[in-house]
Amino acid sequence: MDERAAASVEAVFREERGRLLAALVHRFGDLDLAEEVASEAIEAALNHWPVDGVPTRPGAWLLTTARRKAVDRLRRDKAYAARLAILQAEADRADPAPPADADGELPDERLRLFFTCAHPALPAEDRAALTLRCLADLTTVEVARAFLVPAATMAQRIVRAKKKIRDTRIPFRVPGADELPERLPGVLQVVYSIFTEGYAASSGSTLQRLDLAEEAIRLARILRRLLPAEREVAGLLGLMLLVHARRAARTGPDGAPVLLADQDRTRWDRPMIDEGAAAVFAALTGGPPGPYGVQAAIAALHDEAPDVAGTDWPQIVALYDVLLGLTPSPVVALNRAAAVAMRDGPQAGLALLDALADEPKLRGYHLYPATRADLLRQLGRGQEAAAAYREALELAGTEPEREHLRRRLAAVESPGDGTAG
Amino acid sequence: MKYMMLIYAAAQPEDASLCTPPVFEEWMAYDKEVQEAGIFVAGHSLADLTTATTVRVGDAGDRTVTDGPFAETREVLGGYYVIDVPDLDAALDWAARCPGSRGGGTIEVRPVADFEG
Repeated sequence: MDERAAASVEAVFREERGRLLAALVHRFGDLDLAEEVASEAIEAALNHWPVDGVPTRPGAWLLTTARRKAVDRLRRDKAYAARLAILQAEADRADPAPPADADGELPDERLRLFFTCAHPALPAEDRAALTLRCLADLTTVEVARAFLVPAATMAQRIVRAKKKIRDTRIPFRVPGADELPERLPGVLQVVYSIFTEGYAASSGSTLQRLDLAEEAIRLARILRRLLPAEREVAGLLGLMLLVHARRAARTGPDGAPVLLADQDRTRWDRPMIDEGAAAVFAALTGGPPGPYGVQAAIAALHDEAPDVAGTDWPQIVALYDVLLGLTPSPVVALNRAAAVAMRDGPQAGLALLDALADEPKLRGYHLYPATRADLLRQLGRGQEAAAAYREALELAGTEPEREHLRRRLAAVESPGDGTAG
Repeated sequence: MKYMMLIYAAAQPEDASLCTPPVFEEWMAYDKEVQEAGIFVAGHSLADLTTATTVRVGDAGDRTVTDGPFAETREVLGGYYVIDVPDLDAALDWAARCPGSRGGGTIEVRPVADFEG
């Protein structure tokens, strides 16, 4: 009974914490106070709900409780209250009317927090960390793991970011229409990093973390509603939907990743693909495409193909060329090489990969040796493939990915038993 | 909230054609805007870098006076404004409108420390 109530509190907390925090930040203009009273409200819920039952509107209960605790805190600490009162007066003076929501609803207060957490005055590595902490409700340890840094380092980063927000008074507001083109890419980057964190955790035993991916998609939907003319918002939403649509087919029953080539495409989420394709259309209409729009178009070509052989590889290579022009990066070049291998054969792909061998950004990136190993295997160069699989195994983060690589390695080491793919 | 805008100019542009320092009229227009917006607290432009003199007093109370600025850098502090605006976004906006942020110049925006609150 207690356990079930606790689990229910936990579920509500995960769902409501970001909303709660944003509402409290908007009300009191202080992230530390908001975090403190949000935690206290959760603690109160853990004490009361197992006894009194879960209230019908748990989110409202939490907000009321947290507000009351904040008011108590401000009564006890007059100097703090005076400082916050000045902050609030100035924030009211500065705050322009937020962009109108298409439904006539109030915008989600979390948007404010998103723009604050993604503010360019914060160090780049702190923005995603702070957003994950405040809005995606990741613990500091989870955020640290996502960024492959020690937990203590991540805790320091989050404290540092909050200090800069407070000391330099980075506002909690949605930028006006004239500022949006400058500020939006930073927010999209943060949303996408939340999605990729949900899509494939950097380490640990679970390959997919669907709740996070869905949180990112939900936030992108809000952005899309608020900013219908921003084609890159449509592109980001489309990209995430088109990737997320494959979630049921991406892992086998044992949790191991299933390659795109081997996925059961009947398990792909067709309504989500349709929604994603519509977003891609919006992203590519009315002007030159942005990087998210192009990536979404690539994902759409995969999702709409009946199988790997029936995939429009020439078009995918062409889109990677556009993407390389927009965002030149060795990782994009790696993906392009894999697409070229599908269009022109493994030898052509391997030549492009070998040309990337000295890229410092690909050093330590397990997909480089893993992709190379697959092409070598297809070319019948078993020993070289085995060496490349071993190299990838030393770098791969998640246990399912490692298991997949071990199986590939075993197959090339004993070619009689292996299945060619 | 008070912010100081530290206005740095590129000392010796290696290629003068790339850097067009803002003209006097632009500074006058900006200064007028700042005054009329009611955000002006303080502001001065500094005399030429060759006029700089640096003073340092050691532990024993010995005074060292040297010619030139504290640190030799490519960027030279040319002047400052202190403005009173609601938040960092507003301060950054005023900095971006300042002629000193263009033509190879840079503006560093820092809150003025408040020891009363």
